[in-house]
Amino acid sequence: MASIKISRESCKGCGLCVRVCPKKILRLSKESNNSGYFAVEIFAPESCTGCASCAVMCPDCVIEVER
Amino acid sequence: MATVFKKTDMLTEVPFHYCPGCTHGIAHRLVAEVLDEMGCQNNVVGVAPVGCAVFAYNYFNCDMQQASHGRAPAVASAIKRVAPQNIVFAYQGDGDLASIGMAEIVHSASRGDNITVVFINNAIYGMTGGQMAPTTLIGQTSTTCPGGRCAAQNGNPIRVCEMLATLDGPAYIERVSLADVPSIRKAKKALQKAFNCQKEGKGFTLIEMLSSCPTNWKMTPEQALDYTKNEMQQIFPLGVFKEVK
Ligand SMILES: Cc1ncc(C[n+]2csc(CCOP(=O)(O)OP(=O)(O)O)c2C)c(N)n1
Ligand code: SF4
Ligand code: SF4
Repeated sequence: MASIKISRESCKGCGLCVRVCPKKILRLSKESNNSGYFAVEIFAPESCTGCASCAVMCPDCVIEVER
Repeated sequence: MATVFKKTDMLTEVPFHYCPGCTHGIAHRLVAEVLDEMGCQNNVVGVAPVGCAVFAYNYFNCDMQQASHGRAPAVASAIKRVAPQNIVFAYQGDGDLASIGMAEIVHSASRGDNITVVFINNAIYGMTGGQMAPTTLIGQTSTTCPGGRCAAQNGNPIRVCEMLATLDGPAYIERVSLADVPSIRKAKKALQKAFNCQKEGKGFTLIEMLSSCPTNWKMTPEQALDYTKNEMQQIFPLGVFKEVK
């Protein structure tokens, strides 16, 4: 069991976490957050292994990881 | 389940003002995590540069001082001398460190000041709108070399680590990259080494981090990291350039 918590309002939609996720279960959402960024979302949370690659890559400390 | 990753308390709640995908945020987080894990939250002083990281004092949860352009190592050296019980670091861009601040960094390294310098090399002046830096690659475009940097006219990129490693003062000098996850994990180890050297009083330490500036490079964040990895790492090889045992 593993999961990530995305703090949507801090996300700048840069897409770097999407790029490094080995399971390819992240994507940018179609709706923007209050800052106007297309924040990231996880679409297959059950496949998350908690490897924390996304969190290590994120320049804005948006993602928390539990494992 | 246990939390395996969350924003460190060594960073404040203030959101970074950096552009989307800018690696300054990664560098800040690594420095903060290392200081936090060393347990020195209450005895750290950082020195912020002039450049995009000028507001670093709002982000690090420790005492901070902002220095004039390029003078961060001189200020850090002074702080370390009057309050040596502190871990002292300077955080500088490549315009700040290798252009206007070249004299300060060379003499700080040469004196073996017991400070740690975090050197963010993004091959450009970010804050002022993307002018050529001493580290700009041959052929790389900027607002002041729109046709690409040309060696005959603009000289060649300066390799700061290699140059400083020729001096007797430095205790540890390493160049790392922030272009992918394994590199970022390595970069953190390099910072740990540097700060530990300082704790042991070994002298001047510098970690150069090959970074990206998607905005002024006019690339997406992803393209920018590819450029860091495929182009910058060719000219600025990664590795340890000085290590005093
Ligand atoms: C004495 C002085 N000269 C020039 C400037 C203008 N200036 C501000 S930031 C900067 C360069 C910043 O580039 P860099 O250090 O590479 O940092 P980055 O913004 O890329 O992170 C310059 C030239 C200044 N603020 N003060
Ligand atoms: S890396 Fe961070 S800021 Fe960028 S899209 Fe992912 S969560 Fe958002
Ligand atoms: S201008 Fe470049 S260095 Fe400055 S915050 Fe934006 S991406 Fe980062």
